[in-house]
Amino acid sequence: MAAVAALYPEFKALDVEVLSISTDSRFVHKIWQAEELSKMVDGGVPFPMLSDGGGRIGTAYGVYDDAAGVDIRGRFIIDPDFVVRAMEVLTPEVGRNPAELLRQVKAFQHVVKTGEVTPSGWEPGDITLTPGPDLVGKVWEVWKP
Amino acid sequence: MSKLKDGCVKPVVGPIMEETEGSSSASPGIIQEVKKMVAKVGKEAIDFEASAFVAGEGFKPVRLSDYKGKWIVICFYPGDFTYV
Repeated sequence: MAAVAALYPEFKALDVEVLSISTDSRFVHKIWQAEELSKMVDGGVPFPMLSDGGGRIGTAYGVYDDAAGVDIRGRFIIDPDFVVRAMEVLTPEVGRNPAELLRQVKAFQHVVKTGEVTPSGWEPGDITLTPGPDLVGKVWEVWKP
Repeated sequence: MSKLKDGCVKPVVGPIMEETEGSSSASPGIIQEVKKMVAKVGKEAIDFEASAFVAGEGFKPVRLSDYKGKWIVICFYPGDFTYV
């Protein structure tokens, strides 16, 4: 969570609202912030830390492990029309890559704005593709991995 | 900053889902087959409300749909004070 918090200024610059959520209570979130997160990131976690006691929200998002009683690691990107654009769910041992999350947000914002599509690994400034009959079989001419 | 009221135990709204159509006619006592709604890409996000800790504000309920119209990232994780 601290890793996402560290990139928060970049999310904010893209006008992205970040929410974190676990089955811990709001009380535990507060103390985690005070005892640990604030020592990892300047000012601690700046976004709301939500409590999913009972795992009902995690269940609705397909990330609740009812044997363990916790939400596993899952992140979702939701667009301004309230449509889920992306999800990544990991078993908890491996942390996420917030830089990739940021890249995906930028790519989704770009495709929504322009109607273009972004090839694999696209970063702002890279070539984009405009889908259409002329491009079929010709992608190789304009883009290679 | 006005102090937000809080208590030891507070009910929360949780997921906000529309009732599944056609399930209301089942007889009482029979466990109904409730269509499980799970988030999917390309589909509308499932709204929810949860209690939250917000730095500088304290405790307050947060509803996902309050952020409608903006890009939102939700990060689930297994627990505070864990290792990763």
